[in-house]
Amino acid sequence: MARYAMVRLLQAPVVLLVLITISFFLIRFAPGNPFSGDRNVDPQVMAALEAKYRLDRPLAVQYGCFLADLAKGDLGPSIKHKGHSVTEIIARALPASMLLGGLALCLALGMGLILGTIAALHQNSARDVGAMLLAVIGISLPTFVIGPMLQILFAMKLDWLPLTGYEGIRAPVYLILPALTLAFPFAARIARLARAGMLEVLQQDYIRTARAKGLPERIVILRHALRGALMPVVSYLGPAIASVTTGSLVVEMIFGIPGLGSKFVESALNRDFTLVIGTVIVYGTFIVICNLIADLAYGLLDPRVRFQEAGNA
Amino acid sequence: MRQLVMILIMLWIANSAAAAELPAWKARLLPEGDAWRETEQHFVFNNGTEPETLDPALITGVPESRIVDALFEGLISLDPETLEPRPGVAASWSISADQLSYTFNLRANAKWSDGSPVTSQDFMASWERVLTPTTAAAYAYQLYPVKNAEAFNRGDIAEFAEVGATAPDARTFVVTLERPCPYFLDLVAFHTLFPTPTAVIKQHGDRWVRKDNIVNNGPFVLSEWLPEQRIELTGNPHYWDRKHVTLKKITVSPQTELNVAFNLFKKKQLHWLPALPLARIEEAQRDPDYYVMPYLGVYFYRFNCTKPPFNDARVRQAFALATNRELITSHILKGGQEPATWFCPPAGGYKHVAGLAYDPEKAVALLAEAGYGQNGKPFPEVELLYNTSEGHKAVAEALSQQWKNNLGAQISLHNSEWKVFLSDMNQLNYQIARSSWIGDYNDPNTFFDMWVSDGGNNRTGWSSKPYDELLQQAANEPDKATRFALFQDMERILVEQEMPILPLYIYVNQGLLAEQVLGWYDNVRDYHPLKYIWLER
Repeated sequence: MARYAMVRLLQAPVVLLVLITISFFLIRFAPGNPFSGDRNVDPQVMAALEAKYRLDRPLAVQYGCFLADLAKGDLGPSIKHKGHSVTEIIARALPASMLLGGLALCLALGMGLILGTIAALHQNSARDVGAMLLAVIGISLPTFVIGPMLQILFAMKLDWLPLTGYEGIRAPVYLILPALTLAFPFAARIARLARAGMLEVLQQDYIRTARAKGLPERIVILRHALRGALMPVVSYLGPAIASVTTGSLVVEMIFGIPGLGSKFVESALNRDFTLVIGTVIVYGTFIVICNLIADLAYGLLDPRVRFQEAGNA
Repeated sequence: MRQLVMILIMLWIANSAAAAELPAWKARLLPEGDAWRETEQHFVFNNGTEPETLDPALITGVPESRIVDALFEGLISLDPETLEPRPGVAASWSISADQLSYTFNLRANAKWSDGSPVTSQDFMASWERVLTPTTAAAYAYQLYPVKNAEAFNRGDIAEFAEVGATAPDARTFVVTLERPCPYFLDLVAFHTLFPTPTAVIKQHGDRWVRKDNIVNNGPFVLSEWLPEQRIELTGNPHYWDRKHVTLKKITVSPQTELNVAFNLFKKKQLHWLPALPLARIEEAQRDPDYYVMPYLGVYFYRFNCTKPPFNDARVRQAFALATNRELITSHILKGGQEPATWFCPPAGGYKHVAGLAYDPEKAVALLAEAGYGQNGKPFPEVELLYNTSEGHKAVAEALSQQWKNNLGAQISLHNSEWKVFLSDMNQLNYQIARSSWIGDYNDPNTFFDMWVSDGGNNRTGWSSKPYDELLQQAANEPDKATRFALFQDMERILVEQEMPILPLYIYVNQGLLAEQVLGWYDNVRDYHPLKYIWLER
């Protein structure tokens, strides 16, 4: 297990370097210029701007300088947000995204596991159909529909919650609607995975044994079955955590969250080269780390994985 | 008691005297009565985006200028109602008989927000900074009417001393122009020419506009800047005219999602919404807070004049004649936009020419003359390029249908994201391209100088010697009526004879403004200085 984790950890920087390199060249080969706009930019102004951001040098030199800066932890200045460094922008946006994402994830896990378990325990009943219908709706309804719907209901009609805005952890009331919106599609997927996992586990011998030993159904479900049902959910959680905590463009735009999701899209559209790479690094690192944690958690949850590894060792 | 009465009387006399000193234009702009005193003077508006920077020398967008105009003040400011030049940092100014020299007399009590005086040297240093090539100020060309400014900006002159700006003393600033420029005062009121605190900029570099670093000279100071959350402005205690600034606090929301901003307005959490979501325009029009006014901007299509079939002026004219603009404005846009067969909005009182009215039969005849149609070769399929947007798409679809019906032309629509679109347009990699132009200042020149041969904003490959000559003549013409007649001659070439562009409509500004907002005026520049706004319940 430890060796496996070690190997994966050592692979991570290589994966990231490949990712950064591909993004670096892709965004530079994309048509369009970070400084172009509605009005023509005079050639001497364009030259000064390119010099300021080192875009006048050969691409290989730019790449070398970029890597050297990166090694020092410097991601450079943002081209679009003048006077702000990429590190600074990320440091400001990431906590908001993580806070919202963390909350959404808890909600998604709670809702998804409950729905999935209920559906599995009452397979083919009205409750099963109801729960799965809800899940299908959750998967198929995009956030740009759910978000405004929640806003109209809770902020406009009922006036219970604020329409938009962000005040961090100091005023969590602003986070409720965006977290719910963000959680829905994840909750729906988790519900379906949990249901499938639970159904499979419920047919296992050890569950029958537990029941035969006279254990109360509650204990059988919570202590023995749920753990097994979590397995497919855990493998899904890796990428899910990475995606949910690094921000969502739509949710951020609708609810005015100063997160990283909008930076990711906006920087690419603006050809803000440095910010593009910055967001790619954050997103890439999150994916790598979350997948690693998911793999390790898999081992912790399923004794068979551990025993198999011990047997092989 | 008697003393108190005396003090009150003296205060009243002093106050009346001050009021009596006020020029009529200013007295007109100040609140009357006492209702405003009982209202919390906290103004909240949506700015639609996060500003790129708040550096007056570097900003290029309207959202940025709304804030910068509140933080800084130039030598001249514009009347919010009539757009006429009014005193700013300069209490007065004089123009030489040959219109080549402008002398600005700075007021003694003009101060930076740190209490230090705003001097003519500040303007010298600020203009030098704008024109220094390494500053890379995209709007440096706003200073080009000043003698040698362009040469210095292009690096042809190394010494700023050769540029036509001098500061004989701390309160006198003299500007010499290259040639008479009738709209120069309008430019002086533009943010690129505002003073900036060069010592502070030297100390903090790019970060000088941060809340903790910024030093400014306008009616408000930056009291909070939470990126993508809000910007807050409060009164500047050192501002020379603080007595006539009514708003105590301004909150600027950067909400990009206009639907949400619209809902915020409905919930009375915004006083002003300067842009509306396209899908909810009709809903907004039923609101008593809805406003609409003409804007100094034009929506048009460019033809690529370097490649067939649009290298033939007759083909371009045919497309213009086959375009029914009324249908576009009344059925698609529905916002009161003015269908335009001409190019220049009423900038500075300019009267446009007629252009080519809708006449599909004449269009077919012209196309036949160019060798296309029943007796000629079939008209090739052409591509219409627009940047991705629901609004542009709707207009493009309607026009392609009209051209198909009227000319039998097959039009394929192609949309691309903004930066790719710009790159294609700049490289003339298109046949017809959606375009728009917003005037930089209130003079027709801002709409005509862009079509000069090989001009950076031309982007059609079209060039015309007679047009270039007329433009040159207009630049040297001091008489307004003669100048405007020259612009009309140019416009005839643009929209009647040569047609490198197809004008479609004149923009309007539409938005929502809460009833309690006063001191806010309709004007073609969408210019609403926060200094003059107040709230009344």
